Amino acid sequence: MPFRRVKFTMNTELIQSPVIYELGHKFEIVTNIRRAEIDADSGWVILELEGALDEIERGLTWVTEQGCDVSSLEGDILAG
Amino acid sequence: MPNVQSLRCKECGRDFPQEPIYVCDFCFGPLEVNYDYDAIVKNISRESIQDGPLTIWRYDELLPASRDNAVNIGAGMTPLLRADNLGKELGLNNLWIKNDAANPTHSFKDRVVSVASTKAVEFDFDTIACASTGNLAGATAAHGSKAGMNTMVFIPANLERGKVLGAAVFGSVVLVNGNYDDVNRLCSELGDDRRWAFVNINMRPYYSEGSKSIGYEIAEQLGWRAPEHVIVPVASGSLFTKVYKGLNEFAQLGIIDSANTKMHIAQPFGCSPVATAFVEGQSHPKPVVPDTIAKSLAIGSPADGYYSVGIANKTGGSGTVVPENEIAEGMKLLAETEGIFTETAGGVVISTLHRLAREGMIGPDEETVALITGTGLKTLEAIEMAVETRTIEPTIRSFDEVVMGAALQ
Ligand SMILES: Cc1ncc(COP(=O)(O)O)c(C=O)c1O
Ligand SMILES: [Zn+2]
Repeated sequence: MPFRRVKFTMNTELIQSPVIYELGHKFEIVTNIRRAEIDADSGWVILELEGALDEIERGLTWVTEQGCDVSSLEGDILAG
Repeated sequence: MPNVQSLRCKECGRDFPQEPIYVCDFCFGPLEVNYDYDAIVKNISRESIQDGPLTIWRYDELLPASRDNAVNIGAGMTPLLRADNLGKELGLNNLWIKNDAANPTHSFKDRVVSVASTKAVEFDFDTIACASTGNLAGATAAHGSKAGMNTMVFIPANLERGKVLGAAVFGSVVLVNGNYDDVNRLCSELGDDRRWAFVNINMRPYYSEGSKSIGYEIAEQLGWRAPEHVIVPVASGSLFTKVYKGLNEFAQLGIIDSANTKMHIAQPFGCSPVATAFVEGQSHPKPVVPDTIAKSLAIGSPADGYYSVGIANKTGGSGTVVPENEIAEGMKLLAETEGIFTETAGGVVISTLHRLAREGMIGPDEETVALITGTGLKTLEAIEMAVETRTIEPTIRSFDEVVMGAALQ
């Protein structure tokens, strides 16, 4: 099964909602949190997503629509 | 001589073999080259460095690839220039400019790509790749040519003509229809999918080490000491963290007495996640969507942002957000005082310097080095509105009227 490693960054409102739980239920994706730091008003989570590639793609689009920033672990690749 | 012991996770400290990998399998922290300093200290000295070539490879004891295989088009040993005119303007009596626009493809990226491409050859890759809007594109394309490798340089199709051609001349540019996010995603997928040396993905631990050489050169050119302040333009934060690492390695190895340099972050208003995190007292920069004329600094999700904020804090440095309209002013000020035409990133640095001097963050006599990392010729559009020219008829009379007359007023 293909997997992707991604970093979610969340703001205050998003921290209070179960985005990752819902991602795993709305889509056929297994989510596995590997590293995270969350404080009172923001946070980030590095996780592994396992599933069909287009399902992951759809899931990430949904997460982005919820207002969560999705980036690759290496940060932006496109450099100056 | 590579004195590399392992790649080490910056978060959990686990060691990994020297391979084209960049994240820790256990905690997903970034990997960094870990050296055998006990071996290095026996081999390195000021004299051994001075006997080396006039490129970054004079510091090869502290680089992760061998000088013998170096893909070398002459990166490094750029001038460190005394900047008394600019200093007078800003009230600084001890100011230096490190002019990295003097590199072969006119930016500091030649340093990192020289190391990345050498490593790519050592790892037996036949293809080297990057995604860039300018400086990295030119550096990768040129070193790929020199190395005789297949080269894939991905550029957003709507980039300015000059930048496209400046990289395309080396014969390896692929224009991608799409916005920055599209190019990022494509390259992340290609990075997973192809066995290529992607300079700032799977080569990143090695690539970024190349930037340490700026720190080494500054110390050597100052007469073997570290300055009190360095001002660095920040995009991903790689350069910033590695200049710091370079100065500290020199101190640790006894090549210089100490390194107590205050590290200052310079970012433009339209993309300042790292400087803003510093100012707001947060340790993790929040990703932003870049909108700045300093395109070479337009990284909204900076891989080394967190570490940069930490270093600025630890060293008593700072983070400055430069208003967009001060960028061209900074470029002009440097050009008019020191005869150096820098790109927008340099404008951000000079404006940051101006602010730090004004606010008393840098004392008048404190030794300060401002990093100029790229040339203005690649970003002509940025100063189009800021420069004035005078036009005359081909007669002495017209000259006297328009030019001398204006001078007399
Ligand atoms: C001219 C110039 N200066 C500075 C930087 C900052 O680089 P880093 O990503 O290492 O922070 C870049 C990166 O693209 C650049 O092109
Ligand atoms: Zn780790």
